[in-house]
Amino acid sequence: MSAVAVGTKLPAQTFRVSRFDLVRYAGASGDFNLIHWNERFAKSVGLPDVIAHGMFTMAEAARVVTDWLGDPGRLEEYSVRFTRPVPVADDDAGSVIEVSGEVTELLDGGRAKIMLTATHEGQKVLGNAWAIVRLP
Amino acid sequence: MQQAHHAQGDALTLNTALVGRTYPPTSPYVVGREKVREFATAIGDANPAYHDVDAARALGYADVVAPPTFAFVIAYAGSSQAAMDPELGLDYSRVVHGEQRFAYSRPIVAGDSLVATATIEAIRAVAGNDILTTRVDLATEAGEHVVTTTTVIVARGTAEESA
Repeated sequence: MSAVAVGTKLPAQTFRVSRFDLVRYAGASGDFNLIHWNERFAKSVGLPDVIAHGMFTMAEAARVVTDWLGDPGRLEEYSVRFTRPVPVADDDAGSVIEVSGEVTELLDGGRAKIMLTATHEGQKVLGNAWAIVRLP
Repeated sequence: MQQAHHAQGDALTLNTALVGRTYPPTSPYVVGREKVREFATAIGDANPAYHDVDAARALGYADVVAPPTFAFVIAYAGSSQAAMDPELGLDYSRVVHGEQRFAYSRPIVAGDSLVATATIEAIRAVAGNDILTTRVDLATEAGEHVVTTTTVIVARGTAEESA
């Protein structure tokens, strides 16, 4: 990774999220908010469907960075805004989140800033998503 | 709950006197190896550092490493102290997660025993929404800082109107 420069692109990844994934994430994270698994409730509060946990989307987006780094402990800072929910229908296909990243700044101490883009059906689901990493 | 304000602009319903309030540390959360594996599996991440003790040790860690966002699971108990503070006046049923940030001194590893200390950093009203920013510092029981999480939650339509 010695050739990292401003403009270096991280390998993009596509993540698929199904109702099964949301139930499993609810259990693992302890976030059992009804909007993430109960369609009846989600619609009653004006959502189009059950929506993915924002923290699930944030976790998936991080993988573009940590897979690139290898050692996840090289991630020093990570920040996102949740701009749009990811609805997850009760089907076998699930919903798709596409994540890409690009080095936008080289910092002192062998560190770099990475901007991330996460979209669902062409629309951004994370805003101002960035990470600061220690380069290997 | 407090009545909604009907004034023009961004009338706060939250108690701004609480900005700067720090809550008592939570009781220690002991990070389990199987919990780390369970969480990594739940996000579909097969990174060996999260699952394989030998792989984690080869990277210099004492045990399996928790994925970066796992810190939120521990910090949540701390930030809830702030969000649920009856003096704050937050209608939690209208809350959505607005922003999330992590600043790590080092990754969380299995075997860590971490206490969470929450501080209310900011209370704002924007476009009729109340916005609460809470910082949680996670540290070992010995006082070593591990990660700071900053959570922004938005209570929709509570600051002014909801029409």
